[in-house]
Amino acid sequence: MTTAATKSTAHSIVEASPRAKAFASGLVILYAVITILPLLWIVATAFKSQSDAIAYPPKVIFEPTLEGYVNLFTVRTRQTPDFIAKLPPPQTWYDKLVRQRDMVIAGPSKVVPRFVNSLIIGFGSTFLAVFLGTLAAYAFSRFRIPLADDLLFFILSTRMMPPVAVAIPIYLMYRQLNLTDTRLGMILLYTAVNVSLAVWLLKGFIDEIPREYEEAALVDGYTRLQALRKVVLPQAVTGIAATAIFCLIFSWNEYAFAVLLTSGEAQTMPPFIPFIIGEGGQDWPAVAAATTLFVVPIVMFTVLLRKHLLRGITFGAVRK
Amino acid sequence: MDTMTTILQPDHATIPGVSKPAKSRAARRVHGLSDRTIAWLFVAPTIALLLAINIFPLIWMIRLSFTNLNLSMSYLPLRFVGLDNFSDILNDEDVWLRLQTTAQFVISSVALQVVVGFGLALLINRQFRGHSFWTTIILLPMMLSPAVVGNFWTLLLQPQIGPFNHLISLFTGVPPSSFSMTGQVSLAPWTIVLVDTWMWAPYVMLICLAGLRSIPDYIYEAAEVDRASAWRQFWSITLPMTVPFLMLAVLFRAIENFKMFDMVNLLTSGGPGSTTELVSISLKRAAFEKWRTGYSSALAIILFVTVFGAANIYVKTLNKVKQR
Repeated sequence: MTTAATKSTAHSIVEASPRAKAFASGLVILYAVITILPLLWIVATAFKSQSDAIAYPPKVIFEPTLEGYVNLFTVRTRQTPDFIAKLPPPQTWYDKLVRQRDMVIAGPSKVVPRFVNSLIIGFGSTFLAVFLGTLAAYAFSRFRIPLADDLLFFILSTRMMPPVAVAIPIYLMYRQLNLTDTRLGMILLYTAVNVSLAVWLLKGFIDEIPREYEEAALVDGYTRLQALRKVVLPQAVTGIAATAIFCLIFSWNEYAFAVLLTSGEAQTMPPFIPFIIGEGGQDWPAVAAATTLFVVPIVMFTVLLRKHLLRGITFGAVRK
Repeated sequence: MDTMTTILQPDHATIPGVSKPAKSRAARRVHGLSDRTIAWLFVAPTIALLLAINIFPLIWMIRLSFTNLNLSMSYLPLRFVGLDNFSDILNDEDVWLRLQTTAQFVISSVALQVVVGFGLALLINRQFRGHSFWTTIILLPMMLSPAVVGNFWTLLLQPQIGPFNHLISLFTGVPPSSFSMTGQVSLAPWTIVLVDTWMWAPYVMLICLAGLRSIPDYIYEAAEVDRASAWRQFWSITLPMTVPFLMLAVLFRAIENFKMFDMVNLLTSGGPGSTTELVSISLKRAAFEKWRTGYSSALAIILFVTVFGAANIYVKTLNKVKQR
């Protein structure tokens, strides 16, 4: 009886035949390899010298160098070989590398402050959005709120607006409030965008926590707030973490608001990277180095989020 | 269970009385805030933030759309011009051309993403060994910053130094420097579709995969018993049962691409000429380069209304998928 049952499922359409599987895996792996090539090319370009990066035809095999990374972090000036010969011997490996190109390091570049801006604005807006989102999601999940569906739609619809269109009044408003090109201004703006995702995602996660747990706690004499803190939040930790990562990715990657509303002080990485200039145009190895450093955390987050990805991109509607 | 998709249950909050067991309500009020107060305290900050950052500026923008405000000539007296901005926009042939460019971009990129994404989902659904690892690899592009993507694709697509043209030349024999993906009027509109598909086909794939996994095995088993062909099974079971999910993906991608700015701005910045000048790029030029604030506010409102309508349909579809 059992053998017959196993046999029948082995032949059913549900489990694909070995040949169909091999065919599918071949095509999928081919697509995956093609899709990852552009990224690998950028990672490789970061280790090319300036001339290798713009060689014709493009070079697949090259001698790796850290010049791109050194250029990314420094500002250099060109000097005559005589001048360089008179200088004391280079103190560090990167001094040496730069002098081989007849240059001396004049100081640090702006990449570190931009990276710090990305971190501060990213984490600041994520913290606020998740904090506000958790409260609102709990309320929407557990209490009867008049017009709840309309409010939820309103919250989501704010995220759907074209950023360039939103930026026009924000630009005028921030000018009045002296928030233009400030981290606080960007944190508030990104919080407003992220909070809609946070409410929708977290409502889904909190809906899944059986309310019997809280009811029991309430009967035991907990207040609502105590029940929330001691019963619901510990259960929702995974959901909150996943939501936070989604918010962080949005703020980290955002470009339209950043390029239209910041110019220096509060500029983040995305508007900065395309304008890493060398002598004569974009310094491609340095741009590639910046891109690599910028993308690495995203790759790690993607792997971490893999299980919750579907939820995140559908505002919590579809989950596996 | 793992391979099945569970859809969120309908809202608990709509079931009357569940959230407030009558017995302990009075007792709770003694040593805490009432549920009603808490509900409002919890929802209010979010609503207040959205009112301040989204709604108040929006109302301000509606007001500005009836004026002649130009930030590069702010010495001019502010004058109310009624619906002039709107009639200017609707009578402007350029705006219609930008909308047409945008529509072409939205339709072709979403169509391509549906084909590639749905195809990939069907293949991955066969659950071959290592499918989870390769799926993660395929998903990477959509997690990246569109601006950074647009920027590094300009290097890949450079006719001389970029690898793309050389790869094409390897397969077709066309000399690599004889065409420019971003610089040629005939190719540029397809280039933005290509890069957008590279980035977002995985999105459609992921949602379709959820759709495919929501189809219970017994339906296929029944079809097998009835000796339905694989082709027939696809058209009568697989496709119709994945359509709600596909709709969700299509709507979301359509909305996102309708407001596309970042990737295309860095890849072609609307060029060559204005062949890839999407409506958002055109809006950015009017608002932040020509500083025609009144005019661009009106254009922004027209876009708002369009997206708002689409978002409405999106949420309805979302709820439909939820109920399945």
